[in-house]
Amino acid sequence: MIVSEPISRSVAGSAPNETFVLNLGPQHPATHGVLRVKMTMDGEYVVRAEPVCGYIHRMQEKMGENRTYAQYLPNTSRIDYLSAMNYTHGLVGVVERAARIQVPPRAEYIRVITSELNRISSHLVWWGAFLLDLGGFTPLLYAFDDREMILDLLEGITGARLTYCYYRFGGLYNDVDETFLKGARRFVAHMRPRLKMYRALVTENVILRKRLIGIGPISAEMCRKYGATGPVIRGSGVSYDVRRAEPYSVYPELDFDIPAYPEGDSMARYLVRMDEMAQSLRIIEQALDKLPGGPVMAEKVPRVLKLPAGDYCYAVEAARGRFMVRVVSDNKEIAYRLKLRTPCLSNLSLFEEASQGMLLADALALLGSLDLVIPDIDR
Amino acid sequence: MNALFSKVITVLDTEPYRLVVWVVAIVSFVALNAAYLVWVERKGAGRFQRRPGPTEVGPAGLLQPVADGLKLMSKQLLVPAGADSMLFRGAPLLVMAPVLMSLAVIPFGRGLAAVNLNVGLLMVFALGPINLMAIMFGAWSSRNKYAVMSAARVVSQNVAYEIPMLLVVTTIAMVSGTMDLNQIVEQQSGAFWHWNLFRVWVNPLMPVTFLIFYICMLAETNRAPFDMVEAESELVAGAYTEYAGMGFGVFFMAEYANIVLGCSLATVLFLGGWQSPFSFMPGVTWFLIKMYFLIFSVVWIRWTFPRTQFYGLLNLSWKILIPVSLFTLILSAAMIKMLRAPS
Amino acid sequence: MNALREIYGGFKSLLIGMRITLGQFFRPTVTVRYPHQSLKMPPRYRGHIELVGNPETGKPLCFVCKLCERACPSDCINVEGAKLEGDKRKSVTSYKLDFTKCSLCGSCVEVCREGAIRFSRDYNLAGLTKEEFLLDLVKRFQAQQAAVKAEIRNPKSEVRSAKSELSAEQKPQGQLAGAVKDGGSVS
Repeated sequence: MIVSEPISRSVAGSAPNETFVLNLGPQHPATHGVLRVKMTMDGEYVVRAEPVCGYIHRMQEKMGENRTYAQYLPNTSRIDYLSAMNYTHGLVGVVERAARIQVPPRAEYIRVITSELNRISSHLVWWGAFLLDLGGFTPLLYAFDDREMILDLLEGITGARLTYCYYRFGGLYNDVDETFLKGARRFVAHMRPRLKMYRALVTENVILRKRLIGIGPISAEMCRKYGATGPVIRGSGVSYDVRRAEPYSVYPELDFDIPAYPEGDSMARYLVRMDEMAQSLRIIEQALDKLPGGPVMAEKVPRVLKLPAGDYCYAVEAARGRFMVRVVSDNKEIAYRLKLRTPCLSNLSLFEEASQGMLLADALALLGSLDLVIPDIDR
Repeated sequence: MNALFSKVITVLDTEPYRLVVWVVAIVSFVALNAAYLVWVERKGAGRFQRRPGPTEVGPAGLLQPVADGLKLMSKQLLVPAGADSMLFRGAPLLVMAPVLMSLAVIPFGRGLAAVNLNVGLLMVFALGPINLMAIMFGAWSSRNKYAVMSAARVVSQNVAYEIPMLLVVTTIAMVSGTMDLNQIVEQQSGAFWHWNLFRVWVNPLMPVTFLIFYICMLAETNRAPFDMVEAESELVAGAYTEYAGMGFGVFFMAEYANIVLGCSLATVLFLGGWQSPFSFMPGVTWFLIKMYFLIFSVVWIRWTFPRTQFYGLLNLSWKILIPVSLFTLILSAAMIKMLRAPS
Repeated sequence: MNALREIYGGFKSLLIGMRITLGQFFRPTVTVRYPHQSLKMPPRYRGHIELVGNPETGKPLCFVCKLCERACPSDCINVEGAKLEGDKRKSVTSYKLDFTKCSLCGSCVEVCREGAIRFSRDYNLAGLTKEEFLLDLVKRFQAQQAAVKAEIRNPKSEVRSAKSELSAEQKPQGQLAGAVKDGGSVS
């Protein structure tokens, strides 16, 4: 583990405590989004990094108080556009839980398959963008090449490539066809050797290892303090995954591992995400094998969905961590309060403490390894 | 016809005309290379990334550098308020000059060197740090603290990599016994196992020496994976931030010209210059083939690897390259002493 | 010795990486040179919505129940209609879609019990003004019908038949689609 020491203050008569404020403005060349980080720097070292969010606040939670549950479905795709299926699953799950709607098993399996495909495509974007931050331009395009296959598959069944509005209360919008099932199997067979290639090209690369090993250590206590979930906490050794801790959908019937690495540095988080892609492929294969026949929509789903009065919540494991929807209903069609607990806000909060005393470029590597999508922070 | 031709050649071979012809030749060689290496880089980047690269402007995108040049020339050349105007305008010129001068001693073919200096190698390395100084002038005169910070990094990077490069070049000078680049190429005549790269009976670590030279060349020209100067502009502004239009264009071209210089030096010192690998028909074609192969590998490396961290870069130089190059220097000295043969 | 082994291992990883990219260099490109080449959209692609016609009468199936207008989360549909002489139900006279607000969620297509609207496969949309995206679907429908008639009269004409874009798979197949009982929002 690298211990970064602050530079000696008595060097050659330089004034002590001379810090300046560097503004990593809302616009980044990298794909993080509109996040502003006010960094107080002492030469190369970060004294304090204060993230300022809110540049893309779109009042998603307020819109939840003005739209019926069905009208709110498109919003869920746009909170974190890279793992849209998982977020829709959150909303759909909470309404089904409140209204006691039984989802047919075929729909549940298809939901799992599409969610895991979405998780892989989200991790591919993270991988490409992270390497772009670090200066390697080529892996981004290889990742996007693989991602095209996923997007074409999902476009064939849902009609959309990024903001799928596919799940409905009680099931799915429409059924999948043979093309999708064959294509999914072909994708799994194609992706496994690609993951090996990524390992040889990037993960084993000595330059990358020097950039990531020991950089940005985050302890498990710090994760717990800030509520960080997802690959951030799994990269600090804690094997917490909502799919095992609060099981939902048909995950209890599927066999997969939760990768966790104890070191807590950027390399650990990187490896967690690469392993998660491999585990997602395993889940997709099992779900494809176990896919039952039958309807994809529950019968007798009420037209006017009024949830009984009360407080309901439902958590899913999105690509970035634990996403939870909480609905407070007063027996109307429109929710009284719709709260979205998004993973990126918690993940970002630990950046201020974790980046103290780091070099600027290392702090940016840490920011990239946290995998932030800014609309998720600001909602 | 033949008589006229040979008369023209004899006239051109006399002093003032020969100089003019060579100046025109070198300047146009550098300019064309600098412009079209941009095309090679972009096409290469595209192919490594499974996409076509520039295709719209001209057939296969061949007029792309022309379009880029026109775009740069159409921009206003700004001098920031409070900047040191003479240094600011002079820095791009200072960057191009050493490259053009160094190329005067490189032997492109048998008898095809502009100037036949017997300390040609020394001259190239004497002129090398000038372009480093020019970057510092440009950044300092911009009166922009981020540019100065970035330029300070460039200086420390280049200084750190000058040292192993000079040690390696000293090894070659010792092994060849001369600093005249023509002589060095002549000593590598024969088939390819006579090249300096494979001369392991004098210096068993010759391939390692070549590798060190190549890495130092990448670092000197600020190419990936050592391209902190250009890439730092993601977070902090780079050294060229205040330059607009063709001022920046000249810095950019100088970088490619430096790559040409570095690769041609590597060819001359290690890969046999204009000697052919099978000892028939040596000539300038072989020189160009080898040089462009090395340039392709420079482009290849850029698009494969991420950037090193700044302290990683300095660690590599001070802790790995310098000890190894010192070791090879001492080893070749010992071997030469033992074999008692200068070549 | 450990340091040397580390250096050697690191160097080898660099060479492996270079070999991979060189392998990719010699493979064909994966991009489509848009706009010289175009992609074909899958049948279920979600372009903006369009009106479906009755094959016998050639008029839109829509009878202005306004379920789509109510289901839309973004208030982008505006339907008007009038009852013509001798018809039992209204006919649509104006169907305006504000595509600048549409999020392609599909609620309107799903809730329509007649199947009177479906997704088009228009993706080559580019315009210079905002007004070009305030779509008039009745006019589009009429243009499509005219193109169909022109095709029937002159089969070799370059106009592509609108009917060839009709596809049964574009309708949502959940049990939800045809079973709207009363007005109100869709779940």
